[in-house]
Amino acid sequence: MFRTSAFALLAGLALTGGTALAAGNAADGEKIALQGDGVGAPCIACHGPDGAGVDEAGFPRLPGLDAEYIAKQIRDYRSGARNNAIMQANLSSLSEQQIVDVAAYYAGLPTPVMSAKPVPEEKRALGEKLATQGDWSRHLPACERCHGPGSAGVDANFPGIAGQHATYIRQQLEAWRQGARANDPLDIMSAVAERLTEAEIDAVAAYLAAQPVKPTQGGAQ
Amino acid sequence: MNHVQTLILTLAAALAAPAAYAADPKVPIKLPAFKEGAYVHQAPTLDDLMSDESIHPELRKVILKGRDLFENTQQLRGKYVFNDMNCSNCHIGGGGYNWSGPVWPAATTLPDYRGKNGHVNSLEERIAGCFAYSMNGTPPAYGSDEMLALSAYHQWLATKAPVYERKIGGRGFNHLGNKIPEDISYEAGQAVYRENCALCHGADGAGKKVDGKVVFPALWGDTSYNWGAGIARVYTAASFIHLNMPLGKPGSLSEKDAWNVAWYIGSQERPQDPRFTGDARETREKHLNFHKHSRYGTEFNGKVLGQHDNTGEKPFLKPESLKSRSFDFD
Repeated sequence: MFRTSAFALLAGLALTGGTALAAGNAADGEKIALQGDGVGAPCIACHGPDGAGVDEAGFPRLPGLDAEYIAKQIRDYRSGARNNAIMQANLSSLSEQQIVDVAAYYAGLPTPVMSAKPVPEEKRALGEKLATQGDWSRHLPACERCHGPGSAGVDANFPGIAGQHATYIRQQLEAWRQGARANDPLDIMSAVAERLTEAEIDAVAAYLAAQPVKPTQGGAQ
Repeated sequence: MNHVQTLILTLAAALAAPAAYAADPKVPIKLPAFKEGAYVHQAPTLDDLMSDESIHPELRKVILKGRDLFENTQQLRGKYVFNDMNCSNCHIGGGGYNWSGPVWPAATTLPDYRGKNGHVNSLEERIAGCFAYSMNGTPPAYGSDEMLALSAYHQWLATKAPVYERKIGGRGFNHLGNKIPEDISYEAGQAVYRENCALCHGADGAGKKVDGKVVFPALWGDTSYNWGAGIARVYTAASFIHLNMPLGKPGSLSEKDAWNVAWYIGSQERPQDPRFTGDARETREKHLNFHKHSRYGTEFNGKVLGQHDNTGEKPFLKPESLKSRSFDFD
């Protein structure tokens, strides 16, 4: 019953960025994912026909991620804000419409069954502790604190990380730790990653990979 | 002395963290130095609780329940809690950490006289205050299982701390002093909010939920803390923000930014103070020792803040147990 002013609504739109207003067409996105755009490789070449990615290669799973999160990563690869020469080259010719189309396609795909490697108990326990409790003696928030219950994701800024490949999570945390990745809002991931040891990164990545992917990730109210 | 000058770069790693901590961090942890002679507590951790064989299993069970209630206070929603808050939203890390609102001092410094309600309070009564104001609710009964669990959790966190030691390092949220700067600015605070806070708490301050579960708490509006909560005081909010926000980036905002954004948040409407007399100006005057630090009962944008009947989701104004008392023993 408190007033929600039109001003606040406008501010909210401004925060998500004007580009969020463009609606993605999943069917058009599917064509690009399967056939490419005539310049870059099709997404399925590395992410697989069901988008599940490949653990060993560090190729992430895409279905189940928030559409706007995917779109932002594509834009960041293109601009170099997220550093990856292969992704930059493959995405170089996409239009803004094609970006949101591909994002809509992958966000709407059914989440594939993920089969993470079994994690030794000691490592699993360490990973679980970091993911669900964090360690405030080092100002380390739990993953869940921002990525939501079960680390299943909140919105475009806090993607689901449960059920993501361990190699990918480890590589990203390492990249943040070393400053090679820095496209997160407010440097929050940089702060977290640089307070983790390599063993902790390894453990939390393995733990998260073994958690279930929620079929309906995203969807903040 | 300028607070900036007293800020020191504290790598928490220096205390107990594993090796391989980044040597030159991109996001340094900036916390104030402890005052000379202050008692600096190191609260026990969950691992300590589980491995301490001197703790009776029944006590461990009760402490664990207290910890569970503290971390996930939303399990009491609709019964004792009528907003989106958990204790651990403000007492980050579970109430054991310096500069993040450690709660264990309540176990070592109470019973004591509290200015807020003008009489000697017990630990349970102090906890009851949190339910009445910060949780916009009503406290579990004194002596109840919930009160026992929460009290035990507080006291366990205080393990080995000296009783009635009052000079405690990193206690409370007041390191910026309680004098609101004369050049405080709503507009500047709004800009700080949009840049640093809206990402999690939303442009409308309502926080964020997933599948009905609170992820980021509401900072104002129906599901936030009420006007009588400690953090409704501008200096308390400013200090909390400066020491803890954005999460994981202590000391990253300037003191000025922290004051301004606290002023901005403190200018928004929230559920009624349970001590409301029917007139916010009058209630402010009646509890001026508290409200001189808040914007409650003052005019803003042509309206008197807090002049409304809105108690949020709580179907009553004042919890039964929230009453003044005196001690006439003779």
